[in-house]
Amino acid sequence: MVDFASANEPVVSPLEMPTGFHFTPSSEGTVGEGLLEVSMGPQHPSTHGVFRMDLVLDGETVVRLKPVFGYLHRNHEKIAETITYLASIPYTDRLDYFCSLTNNWAYVLAVEKLAGITPPERAEYIRVIAAELTRLQNHACMMGFLTQDLGAMGTPLMYAFREREKILDLVEALTGARMMCNYFRFGGCRTDLPAGWLEQTRQVVAHFPHFLDEFESLLITNEILMARTQGVGVLPRELAINASATGPVLRGSGVDYDLRKVDHYGIYDRFEFRVPLGDHGDCYDRFMIRLLEMRESIKILNAALKDVPEGPVMDPKIKIRNFKPKSGEAYGRIEGPKGELGFYLISDGSTNPYRYRIRPPSLINLTALEDMCIGQKIADVVVILGSIDIVLGEVDR
Amino acid sequence: MLGSGIIKGLLETARNFFGSFRQPERLVTIEYPEQQRTVPENNRSFPFLVFDRNDPVKGLRCVSCKICEKECPPQCIYIETEKDSRGKPIKHPKVFDIDISVCMSCQICVEVCPFDSIKMDQTYELSQFSRYDALILHKIDLAKSNEYYHQIKPTEAGLVDEQLAAEREAQIAKAKAAAAIKVAPATASPTPKPPSPAPPAKTEVPA
Repeated sequence: MVDFASANEPVVSPLEMPTGFHFTPSSEGTVGEGLLEVSMGPQHPSTHGVFRMDLVLDGETVVRLKPVFGYLHRNHEKIAETITYLASIPYTDRLDYFCSLTNNWAYVLAVEKLAGITPPERAEYIRVIAAELTRLQNHACMMGFLTQDLGAMGTPLMYAFREREKILDLVEALTGARMMCNYFRFGGCRTDLPAGWLEQTRQVVAHFPHFLDEFESLLITNEILMARTQGVGVLPRELAINASATGPVLRGSGVDYDLRKVDHYGIYDRFEFRVPLGDHGDCYDRFMIRLLEMRESIKILNAALKDVPEGPVMDPKIKIRNFKPKSGEAYGRIEGPKGELGFYLISDGSTNPYRYRIRPPSLINLTALEDMCIGQKIADVVVILGSIDIVLGEVDR
Repeated sequence: MLGSGIIKGLLETARNFFGSFRQPERLVTIEYPEQQRTVPENNRSFPFLVFDRNDPVKGLRCVSCKICEKECPPQCIYIETEKDSRGKPIKHPKVFDIDISVCMSCQICVEVCPFDSIKMDQTYELSQFSRYDALILHKIDLAKSNEYYHQIKPTEAGLVDEQLAAEREAQIAKAKAAAAIKVAPATASPTPKPPSPAPPAKTEVPA
């Protein structure tokens, strides 16, 4: 048996290892008198994936919180630099696996900016319809998950999943897969709409407000939900801007910033819709913003489904193989269901991007988590995290 | 009144609960292993290779050009070209393996294939007891007939057949035209070589 004490190499205690490698859960070292350190996650069911929070608690109150992520890191950005522009599209599906269609769109938009491509009219309409359907199902699920985090075991989540399944059936009929769609291409869409798809979509969209009514009477005046979310996890307006939060988290704090209005990408100029804003920036506002946004999405869908033009769905001049945009850089961004999703690409004129960078909304919104949680109870941390609506595939990439 | 919101919500739940006894369209689940779901035509799972003429070996449309192998994002395709007795490569795959434990069903191989030889299947229930060999599909497992393709994706297969027929006709027409040109030199020999005198003409311009 080896005697470790007498070995020549000095024994390094874990506590003496250089910074960045120490094993104590908190980055601050010791936590102080009377405080309790809790590592929440990464397998905790309410962290929406493999996500860990190092909490320092004073009794039940959160004193410090450190988000720890990277358990789901898949090297997506570096892989994308070694493969062609086309081959990155299926990998973008795996970022935020709830909204693969909007992920596709953001990436495709960046490539189109890089190469100066304008997609045909019909493709633009299909993109808007697909993106708004994605927003509907993402928000419905998020509200279901939030109530699940509050302890409503199953019922709202199952109602949300029932509606989501109808939308996923449409997405499957359109793209071939329920979640890993891989549908948009630079220069248009991969395939044309299948026969009868628009009619089916109209039916689903026409039925969706009934679900929203049902969900509203089920939840929004519920005293338990109100007590657990109102005044909890307040994100002040200034902090939301400084933390560069986007999407419903930012609008819940009352900042009127929606890229569909600000950036005029795609054909969103042509549709009438309003941007719902919150007053207090608490979890209830962020919850309600999603509900109201779904109503606006239905408005957009109704308008878009009315006049989908005939024509090609793909620019015939684009060849997806051996696609070499001229050297340059581009940043394409869209208003994803979770916030601003951006892709930054640098091309050196070859078939692979020289640099490929993603701005994931979940990750950036997560940076404000500690400020929202300090002073709250540990049970509310779960609710606050749920109200940000993160997907770990996108946080860790 | 405190609790009225909860009661309102519970009424909604009760409406759904009792509604499911009266309205069969409220029942959204199916009894899966007994009842199978009909998948839409576009549905895709893993790739397969199309063959014509009821011959899964010689009839493969694949010409082993290796474009799909090169373009596959997770690199799950492995192809070796067949060689004839003198070692010259012929347009047929000797080995065509797809590791479906790596394949992510992205359909890019289908999109880039210029010969319409690889298509997406709709099979599921593919679980295996072995982690390695059983999940690597070889050429013989992948080969499926054009009739099967028509069965699972009638619209798409019809379009592909039309396109292939048009290409074949164009090829025949081209061959005929080439034959006509071959016959023509006997009567008018200088006509097939108009490009060769062109370069000297270029040099004459500055002079």
